[in-house]
Amino acid sequence: MTGTGWGTGPAAGDGIALVRLVKSYGSVQAVRGVDLVIAPGETVALLGPNGAGKSTTIDMVLGLTRPDAGTVRVFGLAPAEAVAAGRIGGMLQTGSLVEYLSVRELVEVVASMYPHPRGVDEVLAATGTAAFANQRTTTLSGGQTQRVRFALALVADPDLLVLDEPTAALDVEARRDFWSAMRTVAEGGKTVLFATHYLEEADAYADRIVLMARGRVVADGPATEIKAKVGGRTIRATLPGTDVSVLRAMPGVTAADRHGESVVLTCGDSDAALRALLDGYPQARDVEVRGAGLEEAFLQLVGGEEEQR
Amino acid sequence: MSSARYIRSEVVRTFRNRRFLLFSLGFPLVLFLAIGGANRHKHLLGISFTLYYMTGMVAWGTMIAMISSGARISSERLVGWTRQLRITPLRTRVYFEAKVLTGYLLALLTIAVLYAAGIALDVRLDARQWAVMTLLLLVGLVPFAVLGILVGHLLKPDSIGPAVGGMTALFALLGGAWGPLSTSPTFVDVVKGIPSYWLVQSGRVAFGGSGWPPAEAWIVIAVWTAVLVRLSVRVYRRDTARV
Repeated sequence: MTGTGWGTGPAAGDGIALVRLVKSYGSVQAVRGVDLVIAPGETVALLGPNGAGKSTTIDMVLGLTRPDAGTVRVFGLAPAEAVAAGRIGGMLQTGSLVEYLSVRELVEVVASMYPHPRGVDEVLAATGTAAFANQRTTTLSGGQTQRVRFALALVADPDLLVLDEPTAALDVEARRDFWSAMRTVAEGGKTVLFATHYLEEADAYADRIVLMARGRVVADGPATEIKAKVGGRTIRATLPGTDVSVLRAMPGVTAADRHGESVVLTCGDSDAALRALLDGYPQARDVEVRGAGLEEAFLQLVGGEEEQR
Repeated sequence: MSSARYIRSEVVRTFRNRRFLLFSLGFPLVLFLAIGGANRHKHLLGISFTLYYMTGMVAWGTMIAMISSGARISSERLVGWTRQLRITPLRTRVYFEAKVLTGYLLALLTIAVLYAAGIALDVRLDARQWAVMTLLLLVGLVPFAVLGILVGHLLKPDSIGPAVGGMTALFALLGGAWGPLSTSPTFVDVVKGIPSYWLVQSGRVAFGGSGWPPAEAWIVIAVWTAVLVRLSVRVYRRDTARV
């Protein structure tokens, strides 16, 4: 293993290693001691609600923000060195495109900055931007702009691809297109780190999910494991005149609330709860099973952690 | 990896921005044609008015070209382009070089247009005078290139217009680009410390002088450049430290 000359933290000279990262903005502690090691070729999702510290962590990996404490190594290099060597391609959360260039010209210029760029035509095709490659950047829709920004990250042909909430501004269809393009690209053995606040995205596209809340990593593991942890479901049904305390006692149900004629069941095991509900209350209408909001799941996780201290 | 391609794209972007070009070139030209044309047979202290006025408008116009070129950094910061560039291997130096180079190309275009207008209004100089005047102008523009970059980092795009307009007007006025303000020795001593004064004075070769007096002009330009570079570096560092 290379790159072991920096203290006693986890050694990952050939991957990405964040060691006890801390970053504050004024009195706001954005990142409060993050440790993370990513092996080469892994696709890792940073999952968390807004304000969890995902973007700040990503900015430190990219060398855009200097940590107050702790270290970041990317393939054994400091972030700025890895960027200068052209080993990182990034898609930042905010930003539009510069004016007075066509999409193709813009991708070509960015390609020229890298030592071993991918073919421009190949990237335009892979990102679905070829159709409007000759249009000026100012004439594009939001979804098209996002695809071009993705093309700019891809044309680098980097070893590490970093995407900060790449689908945040997209509608459902554009989001699906984005990930199908992403999937073809990431199959090439690249290391991918992306931030999202959609559990479904993290689950569908990452090998591993790192759950962040309030500036800390609160869970880290295979997608299925994390999904079980935060993927609690709720059942909503129209069921007038039933005692919620009886519903609360059904198998798989952890909490039950009434909102007028409808009831909302929070479930640990939604399958068991649904069976019990339909067996016991055939009059239940408009039954709906949904994934619980991540925000609530996070707050539970973090709340538990703070109580332990 | 080449910086040539990036610099070329910067030049292309600038020259495709028609409105930017039009306003940058247009004001000094229109003013010169209107006022220079109306007074084309007059003489001022024994110098032809059109020649005198041409040198003033060239100083002002090139100043606008230089400052507004760097000031475009402001809108590039706003759309996140500078952050995107910082995660590419492009060196920061190349980014600034491209801004300065486009500023100079724009300034050369301004010079060409105003010289042509001057010749059309009977300004006659020998080749050496044209050449020395132009070279001194180009040297005198260095601090304004840096000033543009500084302003581009300090201000948001919504205040760039008035800021650049006001700044160039003030520099032009104090430097004497619009005519001598006052001939009182104290006043002249003070404005000699301002780079735009020397930009206007680069035209003095055309009035029979021999260019900038030794030391004085060069020191003023060098000191302003050094101070502005220092300030720009400080502002740039502060700007990139923030998210």
